Amino acid sequence: MSGTFVGMPAFPEAAHEAVNNPTLRANLRHATHTIRAKRAVAVSELDDWAALREAGKQIKDHTLRHLDRYLVQLEESVTAAGGVVHWAADADEANRIVVELVRATGESEVVKVKSMATQEIGLNEALEAAGIHAYETDLAELIVQLGKDRPSHILVPAIHRNRGEIRDIFTREMSEWGRPAPEGLTDTPAELAEAARLHLREKFLRAKVGVSGANFMVAETGTMMVVESEGNGRMCLTLPETLISVVGIEKTVPTWRDLEVFLQTLPRSSTAERMNPYTSMWTGTTDSDTADGPRTFHLVLIDNGRTDTLADEVGRQALRCIRCSACLNVCPVYERAGGHAYGSVYPGPIGAILSPQLRGTQSEIDASLPYASSLCGACYEVCPVAIDIPEVLVHLRERIAEGGPVTREGNKAVLKPAKGHAAERAAMRAARWAFGHPGALRTGQRLASRTRRFHPRTLPGPGRAWSDTRDLPAVPAEPFRDWWQRTQGGKDVPK
Amino acid sequence: MRVALFLTCVNDTLYPDTGRAVVKLLTRLGVEVDFPMAQTCCGQAHYNTGYRHQAEPLARHFSDVFAEYEAIVTPSGSCGAMVRELYPRMGERARAEGRGDTLATTLAPVVPKTYELTEFLVDVLGVTDVGAYYPHTVTYHPTCHGLRGLGLGDRPRRLLQAVRGLELRELPGADECCGFGGTFAVKNPDVSAAMGLDKVRNAESTGADVLCAADNSCLMHIGGTMTRLSTDMRPVHIAEILANTEGEPNA
Ligand code: SF4
Repeated sequence: MSGTFVGMPAFPEAAHEAVNNPTLRANLRHATHTIRAKRAVAVSELDDWAALREAGKQIKDHTLRHLDRYLVQLEESVTAAGGVVHWAADADEANRIVVELVRATGESEVVKVKSMATQEIGLNEALEAAGIHAYETDLAELIVQLGKDRPSHILVPAIHRNRGEIRDIFTREMSEWGRPAPEGLTDTPAELAEAARLHLREKFLRAKVGVSGANFMVAETGTMMVVESEGNGRMCLTLPETLISVVGIEKTVPTWRDLEVFLQTLPRSSTAERMNPYTSMWTGTTDSDTADGPRTFHLVLIDNGRTDTLADEVGRQALRCIRCSACLNVCPVYERAGGHAYGSVYPGPIGAILSPQLRGTQSEIDASLPYASSLCGACYEVCPVAIDIPEVLVHLRERIAEGGPVTREGNKAVLKPAKGHAAERAAMRAARWAFGHPGALRTGQRLASRTRRFHPRTLPGPGRAWSDTRDLPAVPAEPFRDWWQRTQGGKDVPK
Repeated sequence: MRVALFLTCVNDTLYPDTGRAVVKLLTRLGVEVDFPMAQTCCGQAHYNTGYRHQAEPLARHFSDVFAEYEAIVTPSGSCGAMVRELYPRMGERARAEGRGDTLATTLAPVVPKTYELTEFLVDVLGVTDVGAYYPHTVTYHPTCHGLRGLGLGDRPRRLLQAVRGLELRELPGADECCGFGGTFAVKNPDVSAAMGLDKVRNAESTGADVLCAADNSCLMHIGGTMTRLSTDMRPVHIAEILANTEGEPNA
């Protein structure tokens, strides 16, 4: 499971392995069903949930509509508080900036707070290539890093691993990275957590540079916010002298007050908690020797496909996402295919609409993601910012099947239909023609009825995908419309 | 009252018994049913697969065929949701693309008049006891488009509970998708089949004779999985249960 996401096969092939891996299926099923049930309870405690959801949606939509203005305000506030703001158009630029900032400190190690944005741009790999070791401090993220694995869930990156697997990874790998795992480590949660705590404490006390993301950035004050459950993030935010926060531009909210909505909806949607155990906020730098917090603060704002996504009227709602992962936990496709099949740090329903927008639909995996859904709508129902994921999926399918206008790197372009859809397009056209000519449809139905004894229950060619696991229904002797015409709806014949 | 039956292309071609059951049921309840012969397909498969521009003429055709009727009744939650939820959206998109109001105006008349069968029975006719008799144990699967698209709520269950002789058993994981999803079943066969299998296993655990739903597309997928596994359970459309009476059992 190691390696990068580049060159992933299309979703159906990538999912094949997971669907047929009983351990993985069981791990995922257990984890998602547990959290899904807890979330439902946590949400049902609030009788104004619908209003909070609507408020979250409105705040995000408003901010996205005026993002240029709020970003300028954010830059001013951060600068006024002693921070330095850097703008990165894409992943390479962001990585270059961070590498230079770390080099300027003379350090060759950084501690990291769990962050989707730095995973998105592949920062750890870029730092490694520059001779800088990045240590993940979130427990699940640590498991993924030590296991040379990839994250498979937004909130619980190691959700696909069970306790036994984690014990093995710790025993095998910890000594390579620092303090080894204790002798005779068992797979009880308390022992595993203690092993991680001891291993990480060394890193915290030594680190001079911290790297974080942020859940929210407040434009009016320049305040960054991280919410977490373990407290390791707080250590990374307060102990190092230099803090570098790498954040997607869409994480902006206009005012401090707006946080009141998300601090209610985010924890309940993600971990089914009423409140986050740790909510850390920092504004610029501290200049006293006794106060906690960084002496130097850098904010790297990344675009990486976000303004292009913003240009799409239907698709832009994906940028409202607050990464709660509720949609993953209810998704029947995610539950069976696993997070890796989505070929991105953003798996599940949100990944299926975000990745093909941020990266474009050129690659095989990105062109297959919009189809990785049965459109059951469970994701939309749970989403605390009401992203209509099925609507965006269908919109992106259209882009792939029929082509259409897109914005890439700020330029408008018209995409051609993706390759490999010619047969489907022809079939859709033929069906559309038959449906436009009821006479033709009827002839087809009659033909099917007359030859019904010859219809196989299994199919050759592409139809095998269906009939490998399911039988086809028998063709009836007479289509309904023939019966209707013959009997005028049963009036002409005795019942 | 005179209504138009929109049977849907799948039912017309593969499940004519469901159509006959709807006619029998509505006629028994004093509704005059018409079947406009020019009807074909609502365009859902095209739309959901990404061929919105191919779906538009089908939607226009639907409106032409049905606009004059007082009410349009369909025994399919997903086709009902297509008309009610997605036709307005198609109109908006056409407008956003600078093609004016024509599509929206053409589609508007049919949207509020289109009812899924159980919705029509409970909301328009105001009945939950339709006088049916069905001596079997039944478990009900609320399909996704009926559940979340149309918000059918407990209407189908209330109708089933009023059927004499019928014992209703709760389906574990009822809200979970069966894995059909139109072209999803063919494009992602592994995941789709795994979802179907779990649905069947859950249904079997109830010990019921019959798995009932208000959408034959989902039942085709679930039923196909059942026959492959040689389970004793049968998939049956809710219309066929509601049409059944002691005096006139369904064929
Ligand atoms: S799309 Fe919605 S439900 Fe999914 S992670 Fe984002 S905010 Fe949460």
